Amino acid sequence: MSPLFRRLISFAILPVLLLLGGCNFVVMSPSGDIAAQQRDLIIISVVLMLIIIIPVMILTVVFAMRYRASNTDAPYDPDWDHSTQLELVIWAIPLLIIICLGAVTWMGTHLLDPYRPLDRLDANRPVTADMQPLEVQVVALDWKWLFIYPEYGVASVNEMAAPVDRPIQFRITSSSVMNSFYVPALAGMIYAMPGMETKLHAVINSPGDYDGFSANYSGHGFSGMRFRFHGLEQAGFDEWVAKVKADGGDLQRQDYLELERPSENVPVQYFADVDPLLFDAVRNYCVEPGKMCMSEMAMIDAEGGAGLAGLSNLLPLTYDKTARRGSIFGAEPSFVANICTIEEALAAGQADPSKPVSIVDRTPVRGMSLPRPGTRPVNPSLSQTFGSLRPSNS
Amino acid sequence: MPDTSPLLTAIFGRLTLESIPIHEPILIVTFIVVALGGLGLVYTLYRYKLWGFLWREWFTTVDHKKIGIMYMVLGIVMLLRGFADAVMMRLQQAMAFNGSEGYLNAHHYDQIFTAHGVIMIFFVAMPLVTGLMNFVIPLQIGARDVSFPFLNNFSFWMTAAGAVIIMISLFIGEFAQTGWLAYPPLSGIQYSPGVGVDYYIWGLQVAGVGTTLSGINLLVTIVKMRAPGMTMMKMPVFTWTSLCTNVLIVATFPVLTAVLVLLSLDRYVGTNFFTNDFGGNPMMYVNLIWIWGHPEVYILILPAFGIFSEVVSTFSGKRLFGYTSMVYATVVITILSYLVWLHHFFTMGSGASVNSFFGITTMIISIPTGAKIFNWLFTMYRGRIRFELPMMWTVAFMLTFVIGGMTGVMLAIPPADFVLHNSLFLVAHFHNVIIGGVLFGLFAGINYWFPKAFGFKLDDFWGKLSFWFWVIGFWVAFAPLYVLGFMGVTRRLRVFEDPSLQIWFQIAAFGAFLVACGIACFLVQIAVSIWRRDSLRDLSGDPWNGRTLEWATSSPPPDYNFAFTPVIHDNDAFADMKKRGHKRPLEGFRAIHMPSNTATGIYIAGLSVALAFGLIWYMWWLAALSFVGILAVSIAHTFNYHRDFHIPADTVAATEATRTKLLTAGH
Repeated sequence: MSPLFRRLISFAILPVLLLLGGCNFVVMSPSGDIAAQQRDLIIISVVLMLIIIIPVMILTVVFAMRYRASNTDAPYDPDWDHSTQLELVIWAIPLLIIICLGAVTWMGTHLLDPYRPLDRLDANRPVTADMQPLEVQVVALDWKWLFIYPEYGVASVNEMAAPVDRPIQFRITSSSVMNSFYVPALAGMIYAMPGMETKLHAVINSPGDYDGFSANYSGHGFSGMRFRFHGLEQAGFDEWVAKVKADGGDLQRQDYLELERPSENVPVQYFADVDPLLFDAVRNYCVEPGKMCMSEMAMIDAEGGAGLAGLSNLLPLTYDKTARRGSIFGAEPSFVANICTIEEALAAGQADPSKPVSIVDRTPVRGMSLPRPGTRPVNPSLSQTFGSLRPSNS
Repeated sequence: MPDTSPLLTAIFGRLTLESIPIHEPILIVTFIVVALGGLGLVYTLYRYKLWGFLWREWFTTVDHKKIGIMYMVLGIVMLLRGFADAVMMRLQQAMAFNGSEGYLNAHHYDQIFTAHGVIMIFFVAMPLVTGLMNFVIPLQIGARDVSFPFLNNFSFWMTAAGAVIIMISLFIGEFAQTGWLAYPPLSGIQYSPGVGVDYYIWGLQVAGVGTTLSGINLLVTIVKMRAPGMTMMKMPVFTWTSLCTNVLIVATFPVLTAVLVLLSLDRYVGTNFFTNDFGGNPMMYVNLIWIWGHPEVYILILPAFGIFSEVVSTFSGKRLFGYTSMVYATVVITILSYLVWLHHFFTMGSGASVNSFFGITTMIISIPTGAKIFNWLFTMYRGRIRFELPMMWTVAFMLTFVIGGMTGVMLAIPPADFVLHNSLFLVAHFHNVIIGGVLFGLFAGINYWFPKAFGFKLDDFWGKLSFWFWVIGFWVAFAPLYVLGFMGVTRRLRVFEDPSLQIWFQIAAFGAFLVACGIACFLVQIAVSIWRRDSLRDLSGDPWNGRTLEWATSSPPPDYNFAFTPVIHDNDAFADMKKRGHKRPLEGFRAIHMPSNTATGIYIAGLSVALAFGLIWYMWWLAALSFVGILAVSIAHTFNYHRDFHIPADTVAATEATRTKLLTAGH
């Protein structure tokens, strides 16, 4: 490499470094403990891999220069095509690195599983038993975010707040299509999916005003699907809740059905009076009055289904997102009418507290298609038969 | 909705005048340019009376070499379309700051990024890879053609028909606005009621027929038609990687077909496979499409690995280091590619054990891949490396691909993926491996085998210019996207809020401009080479001092490839023949049995376009008629008894004598 070329390169790199200095690398310098641990994993993996990447790149350049055809001083060995030692080395080095990385991955994935409740606020402070996590229910709408705070009975659109150093437990769903809930400063993302609930546990460690957005393309208004995430001290958070309570309107099911309609670049909205079952109704696709909840439907199906009777309670669907639509050869769009109210349906889907909790037998099944031990009474006649075959000392 | 009479609906389905996008000035200009270009082409062909020639010699051909070249032409033409989409995206993202909406509305922009992905994977990378395999494999294994020559022609035309369907969506109706994998529920009828997703489905289904059949064809060819003596462990590495690629095609494309059938059932007859309600499950679609989609990545990269293996060994003048471990590495990658699909959606919440399983299997793939890189490295070691264009692309690949591999392993760590998933970091990563791996490999392959296909080399100057523009342009375009990924910028955004990001998008747009220069130089390279073909002529048939069998025959090879089927003793078959002082046989030629040309493939493909168009626009009469037409043509084809002919021994002798004359003149 000529000195001129080298100088050119350093001139080219200088402005890049200046540019990099002025940027906000939120993924590399997050403000939440989970995101910070995820960042650490990125750094560990890069360092581990550079152990092999850098030598390979250097060797590529060195070999390319040294063994160029014009350099007749270099040895030439056209039939050399095998070396067991060398092959062992070139398979072993990547293998060793992947073993290290695999161990790191296994531990990191389990420790940073978004479903796992937090056990620390940061490296030095464990979560104590008296720390009640803040529950936030997140609904991805077209094309805005709804945040419900069941603890406070308030909700907000396109803005959320959380107290610093208090674990947050997100329950996430979506109203129509797939989105991804992502606050880079706080923690990694998780999909928001209709009819399903995903979970995320995180904590914000320093106060600030952070970006949040959908990280999965969801249609025309996707670019505007952004929100502010305010990390606030406890006092500031209480103020924020009070402000939401003071400024907010109603968010009953009918209001939700209005809110749910597609809209783009929606300004911040507050709701003070929120239906406590709204999130569960959204997740179960039964906000509309008279519609059967998915939990209820699944329960009926699990019991063997309603049979032909199940066909009789179909009602025509009048609204689905923007219009009433069906496929060209399909039946008229319809929905299943509910049999019980949402409250009853949701209660039915949950374990009955009055009944003793049944303990699921986790012992492995022994033998092909034998019943799990304990699930069915052993056939008494069979046990007698086998019992009589058993050698006895009587 | 304007009311339309039942008669018009019966005839035109849902196609109305409003479906023609006359309100989009960009599309109007594009249409005018395409129409003028097309008319010019048609006129030129008419003026020089080339229609008959094209029809007889090319469109109806069953010769694997010509079909391979047609695949390459298709791929290069579609590259221009796919790249135009890329440039439009880069411009939009570079402009849409500080309250500006850019120049594309959401409806248009969302179609562009969807079309870009679909076209680049299905109609650029796939045809180019299939084209090279088609051209090279029979030559490399000493065969006269593929196993099923008619099927080969049919496969090509079905792929082209898929491309035509996608291109029609540009001017009639719209394309999908869902992203290139069309995840439901967004791609379901509720949220995408228009024709866009239907264009997507039928374009891919028609092309999928071609890809699957071509996979079967090449698989059977490699297994059954190798020259005597060429055991599996004496096959050239490109043939090996192609074998694995075609195994992957045959095993995975049916999954894509099935999942698209389920999606079309949801859209056409109201089933609930992937709907939100009624027990539908969109997660099932995501799983199924990636069970196809991940092996698809290896379908593309494995032949590229094969090309690099051939090129490194040839231009280092040395046997490939670690042939056996290369083969095992390829096979291991093939198997593992089925066990990693879930890494595309760690963020779906599968649980820590599932996620870490798929994360670790993904990392394991880097072991055989790393071994391959080392094998190429040690092939260069103690070689005599000639830095011709194919070798330059290979070295650029080795330096670029390792970075893409590293970022890939980063993304394979689930917690790291949680912060980088769907970000521009991800976009930079897969472009790093697909451009830096597949595309660089294809350019290496094109420069390497072009003299074999046409009998003259590609121009060096324009080739080098194209090379530098591409390599530098690639890094200028995608390094900023890596940086933006660390700033938490997600993909597929149309407008941005943070003004400090703009400079990075502008740099990326400049990179796209450099790549555009690279593509232009590549086209000029081909034009200049044709212009100067006499001075670039290669008479020997072996311009690079090649090592495998394809260099043993003339350039371009005769219709029958080899007058006598060679006998193989070594995996560098031709190098071995040269070393042992092999003499071309000069007499004793016999008549050669050859397959006849047929137009059935092009007819069925044309009818398939009509069928797809009818299904997309709900013109049921058209769909029914063309379906009946497809059946009729297929049945009629079974009555075609002019399927083969013999090239007389005299003709073979004359062809070979000409070659002898040229060879002596060349020395």
